[in-house]
Amino acid sequence: MYPREKQILLSLINIILILGSYSLFVYYKYIAGNLAILNDFKFWGKAYLVLIPVAIVAQIIIHIIFFIINKIVTKEDVPTITDERDKLIELKAIKLAHWTFIAGFILSMGSQAIGMQPWVMFITLIYSGFLAAIVSETAKIYFYRKGF
Amino acid sequence: MSPCPISNNIRKLRFLADEMTQQQLADKVGVTRQTIIAIENGKYSPTLELAFRIARVFRTPLEEVFSFDDRIQKGKK
Repeated sequence: MYPREKQILLSLINIILILGSYSLFVYYKYIAGNLAILNDFKFWGKAYLVLIPVAIVAQIIIHIIFFIINKIVTKEDVPTITDERDKLIELKAIKLAHWTFIAGFILSMGSQAIGMQPWVMFITLIYSGFLAAIVSETAKIYFYRKGF
Repeated sequence: MSPCPISNNIRKLRFLADEMTQQQLADKVGVTRQTIIAIENGKYSPTLELAFRIARVFRTPLEEVFSFDDRIQKGKK
């Protein structure tokens, strides 16, 4: 496996771990035993705003650790240049992630159109973003390995 | 995935150019080694600019590095 593919795989695992641990943290700290908070828009606003910097900082730290460990173990640098093929793969992955998120967005609006609770919309939005990120990273691995 | 209609002689040209490595070629044309591997294996068709850069490294005309098989192209239609 090439360093770029390892990096993408690491991102994929990070996304799952970060959102998984953040979801558990939020559930046990705020939601468990206080289900009324689910309909509090302020709670959802804070949950979104905290998730973004947490995810960015965690990704940066884990990638720095990966660069160091990869250099020690394989004595090989992870390519820092982004060439035309990388950009093309990135664009294709973004396109797939975009459509995944749009599908989630439509579902979340649909949930409100049929009269479901507001928390269904918020959860659908968070997890469609999560799914879009997974689709994006998986697509990148596929395109790097199989070509296009 | 449909077969790539563009084939190339990069591997042979590298061998003839003092056994140039994929990494050396990648550094000369400004791409990653993985991209050179993908081009050699027919998994990626480079842009015209990159194709010219590769041909220039080997000091050969573009047609000697890349060739276009239009039977594959017709098969795709």
